[in-house]
Amino acid sequence: MTTNDIAIHAQRLTKSFGAVRAVQEASFAVSRGEIFGLVGPDGAGKTTIMRMLAGVLRPDAGEIAVDGVDVVAEAERAKLRISYMPQRFGLYEDLTVAENIFFYGELFSVSRDARITRGRELLEAAGLLPFQRRLAGQLSGGMKQKLGLVCALIHTPRVLLLDEPTTGVDPVSRRDFWAILYNLRENGVTIFISTAYMDEAERCSRLALLHAGAIRHCDTPARLKQAMPGALLAIYASDPRSLRDIISGQPGVLGVLLMGDRVHVRVDNPERRIPQLKSLLAGQGAGEMEIKPAEPGIEDVFVALVGQEGTA
Amino acid sequence: MFERLSVMLMKEFLELKRDRWAMFRLIVPLIIQMLVFGYAATFTVHHVATSILDLDQSQASRSLISHFVATSRFNVVDVTQNRDDITRDIDQSTATIAIVIHAGFGRTLGNGQSAPLQVIVDGTNSNTALIALGYLSQIVAQFSEDQSSRAANFRADTAVPEIGISLQARPWFNEGLDDRWFFIPGVIGTLTLLQVVSLTAFAIVREREVGTLEQIMVSPIRPVEFILGKTVPFFLIGLGDIALVSAFGIFWFHISFIGNPWIMLLGASLFLLAALGIGLLLSTFSRTQQQAFALNFFFVNPLFILSGFAFPIAAMPKLLQWFTVINPLRYFLVVIRAVFLKGVGFEVLWPDLAAMALLALVMLTVSVLRFRKSLD
Repeated sequence: MTTNDIAIHAQRLTKSFGAVRAVQEASFAVSRGEIFGLVGPDGAGKTTIMRMLAGVLRPDAGEIAVDGVDVVAEAERAKLRISYMPQRFGLYEDLTVAENIFFYGELFSVSRDARITRGRELLEAAGLLPFQRRLAGQLSGGMKQKLGLVCALIHTPRVLLLDEPTTGVDPVSRRDFWAILYNLRENGVTIFISTAYMDEAERCSRLALLHAGAIRHCDTPARLKQAMPGALLAIYASDPRSLRDIISGQPGVLGVLLMGDRVHVRVDNPERRIPQLKSLLAGQGAGEMEIKPAEPGIEDVFVALVGQEGTA
Repeated sequence: MFERLSVMLMKEFLELKRDRWAMFRLIVPLIIQMLVFGYAATFTVHHVATSILDLDQSQASRSLISHFVATSRFNVVDVTQNRDDITRDIDQSTATIAIVIHAGFGRTLGNGQSAPLQVIVDGTNSNTALIALGYLSQIVAQFSEDQSSRAANFRADTAVPEIGISLQARPWFNEGLDDRWFFIPGVIGTLTLLQVVSLTAFAIVREREVGTLEQIMVSPIRPVEFILGKTVPFFLIGLGDIALVSAFGIFWFHISFIGNPWIMLLGASLFLLAALGIGLLLSTFSRTQQQAFALNFFFVNPLFILSGFAFPIAAMPKLLQWFTVINPLRYFLVVIRAVFLKGVGFEVLWPDLAAMALLALVMLTVSVLRFRKSLD
């Protein structure tokens, strides 16, 4: 990877708010055209990292280069290449869809022609073309978020920073949203996304697992799964909660995670442990159940590698 | 350099235009408050309810009573011979003032001696009491002058020349000593301050709350451009306010305006810059509109009281007098009253104008610096 292929380069980023060390020496490099995911529980420092990358928050220490431009030293120049979309994009609700796009286009000095062509393309992709004259305040939540994305993309950024962009967005809008993101990646836009949805984390080309302000692991989803110690079993039962309490702490059990209608159990040796767990649970009279090997999800990996409940 | 300012301004005016109630909210409260102040804010005391206890029942006592009945300053509600009536009237606030004419009042005066007259006043409202007492002594002075000239007529042959000083007061600038002339120019400054400070603070905090501030700040716009974009419209609105309310004062309340309109414009501009600085400063201390509201409430009242709008600064304790030094309203009130009523110009008003310019500079600088920090 040459420096030319690197879209975001963060080195030993550190930021404290008073006594709270929000981000500690976070280093990572994101290649051009990647969809890079930042995964971590609330309060792990995701938004703080995003805001430092966007150039609105000054790091206490460390360096950031976006598209080869030093964000700390040359914020104005860097900002032209970046687009930052926070959890709730700041739209002017008294202005129409078209006026919001106009405003954000002008802020980034987008030419009139470019604004009109690109605005049209983006609105079409977002399914908002018929609503251009509607006030932004009268759009649904998902439509507002898509309009936010349109405004964020009107200046054709090289790097897109998305902070939990689909939280609280309906499934249809989420699908549209991801279609736009894939399309952007094909056009060479680098996407840096933080998400609370594990299925979205799976869609990223690489993930950084963030905990308490520090990046613990950084790799592709597949390799992270391989790196997970032990093997995963899924136990389906009518009362998974009490099941979790029974299984925790048993010999050979590395971790137990409640997953709604089932329990994910990480064990050192599945061949040996499946019969052992079966007889244990039968002895406890836990009722009907089913135990089978399972594919780990990102949440399992996060818990196994970071040792903490994940984000979902 | 300011290429992004124009789009900020365009957006501000578009939002203002979109807001159907904006014009209503900006203008109507001003006009209503102007009317309320114009009609209600007055130190003049009229129709002071007065009870008179006449224990003398002489021609002289009746003549004194008729002096009180004749003036609109007093409203004689009760003339009685019973001392208890007086106590009751004051207790029940039927009367603010009670005058006691003792027995022998007329005889003593007839003998060419001076007679005592007792006045009881309800001091609950010290201001009204003081003013009423002032009128009362004028009337009594008038009465005693009448009495002595009558006595002098009787003894014309043995004329003794009267020696005395008679005061001929000639008020300048406000010959009718009309309180309205004092209040209305002050109201113009005060209302504008309240409006501009709160508008500025709320508008910026609102952008912060909705998230548009953060969104704008990730664009290459500079904080100064953002601040100008937010404040220039309020500066213009403030000038409009001052013009509108001044016109109302001049044409509705017939306050004289004899000064130089350009001095007024200069003073108003400097004053507005300082007010914008205060609003901006408040916004940097508030994360939410509720906080801004609380802060606004906390700051604006002292600005108003420590301005000389109603209460003379010279009468304040030294510590509070020091606070008035950093209050732009204090200087603007001097300028606006001078321009309206006195017609004096730059040669007299330059210290106040300079003070406002300095305050505006300091407040804007501090708030811009604080604003940058508050973005983190």
